Amino acid sequence: MAKRVGLEVSVAVGDAAKLADVDVVAAYPITPQTHIVEHLAELVANGELRAAYIPVESEHSAMSACLGASAVGARTFTATASQGLELMHEVLYVASALRLPIVMAVVNRALSAPISIWCDHSDAMAVRDSGWIQMFVENGQEAVDNVICAFRIGEDRRVLLPVMIHLDGFSLSHVIEPIILPEQSEVARFLPPYDPPLPLDPEKPVTVGAFAPPFIYTEVKWAQEMTLEGAKEVILECWREFANTFGRHYSPVESYRTEGAKVLLMTMGSLSETAMVAVDKMRDEGKEVGLIKLRLWRPFPFAELRQAVRDAEVLIVLDRALSFGGPGGPVCSEVKAALYREARRPEVVGFVGGLGGRDISMADFEEMVNQGIKLAEAGSEREFEIFGVRE
Amino acid sequence: MSGKLIEIRWHGRGGQGAVTSAELVAQAAINEGKYAQAFPSFTPERRGAPVLAFNRINAEEPIRSRAEVYRPDIVIILDATLLGILDVTSGLKDGGTVIINTKKSVEQIRAEFGINGRVATVDASRIAQEAGIPAVNTTMIGALIKATNVITFEGIKEPLERRFARVAERNLKAMERAYQETVIRE
Repeated sequence: MAKRVGLEVSVAVGDAAKLADVDVVAAYPITPQTHIVEHLAELVANGELRAAYIPVESEHSAMSACLGASAVGARTFTATASQGLELMHEVLYVASALRLPIVMAVVNRALSAPISIWCDHSDAMAVRDSGWIQMFVENGQEAVDNVICAFRIGEDRRVLLPVMIHLDGFSLSHVIEPIILPEQSEVARFLPPYDPPLPLDPEKPVTVGAFAPPFIYTEVKWAQEMTLEGAKEVILECWREFANTFGRHYSPVESYRTEGAKVLLMTMGSLSETAMVAVDKMRDEGKEVGLIKLRLWRPFPFAELRQAVRDAEVLIVLDRALSFGGPGGPVCSEVKAALYREARRPEVVGFVGGLGGRDISMADFEEMVNQGIKLAEAGSEREFEIFGVRE
Repeated sequence: MSGKLIEIRWHGRGGQGAVTSAELVAQAAINEGKYAQAFPSFTPERRGAPVLAFNRINAEEPIRSRAEVYRPDIVIILDATLLGILDVTSGLKDGGTVIINTKKSVEQIRAEFGINGRVATVDASRIAQEAGIPAVNTTMIGALIKATNVITFEGIKEPLERRFARVAERNLKAMERAYQETVIRE
């Protein structure tokens, strides 16, 4: 029987990689991700995890080592954050285009300058178009469960893509909370060994990722796009199977107390939990407010999002990243694009907040809802509002 | 719902183990079947500088808030030298409890630092030293158990053993002694 224990979320993420029986971990430590790879290094050193731990000199090398490991058919895991993810940037595109099902925990942290070690989603947004499957989790249990799911999804023959699990730095990664770690035997049944279709083999040398002249490059990219889009069905299938096996349910877009809600708040990541408490309070006061939580970021769940927000009058989207000189928050502009062709759609109000670890409390969410309703009624010349800024 | 939620703020100096204390308390509460969180103040910490750690405990419902703790029910001070330089009771709820590691009596603490309300004191530094343990963090958990009922000795045993292995027993003894010696004034 799986036991409920008090664990630091980072340690639990490392344990999830162990439960997935990874073969190779190549990583470079960076705050606030360090505890994950420290824990994995310890498990390997203690002989509790039979895997190769490759210490490297940078994140660029970490992801490059992951490419090689995954290409020979090893189940491969890494973790990073912020500047580390940016340093990996060019290699990320290679991983997805070579169809290598690497799993990476990204412990979200703001980007420099000025240096901030605290959470926002700027790092995730900068790699939005890298071709990886990407999801955001809101608590430690979701992080553990989805690291396990990520291998099953990524390694599926219909997918063969790398997966990023985004978890908020500090406000999630460094919290000790109750987590149920599944039994190794249960995970082994749920997650069969990786069976790579075309592993690199010195006996049968091949070249991968070679030169693509204009006559074929477009076709390669279109195939990649169709695969990523098609991955959604496999993700849904995996989450259904996960629920059947472990009893915990996941979906691309989650609705919380949205019945009859005229106003919807939308969040991504660990702030969703604080927002739930705020929604409970507003509901108790008789306000018709609900919450939409976006879990799957790539492939973007267009149909599920449209369905979830169709009856609302106002949709208030909170982004934890800025698109400089652009339309505000990347999530909000995605949501607007998804609703553009809808005949009936809510008025969308975008807020950018929680940058560089700025706290968003329950009272802040109430304030955001009140401001959002006013802006929706009065209309605004601005594309977005920056929440709580001192001007 | 918030009525059942207990929030704790730990004050210490880098190296005194405030973060470890919060971690042990959360693990104890979780072992007792409750819901709990422990988290540090998320700052680059330096040995000797003032640090914070936090707990949320709810005996009945899962804890959802991930915001900072603004209105603690309990404040625990591992190092009495912080009393003069920080407003340790900042945000403390009415009817809340302040637990201090000090040689001084509650009356002296009230007179010197103007801390009103429910105060508990214990000379945890002496107890820890006599028990041969280098930090007061675990000893102060004994005072927390005496002053509040957020966790029990039964719940703390397993996390202590997980963390300290052979020296767990020594920590438990110091904790029990602090429980005996803690003085509480309403």
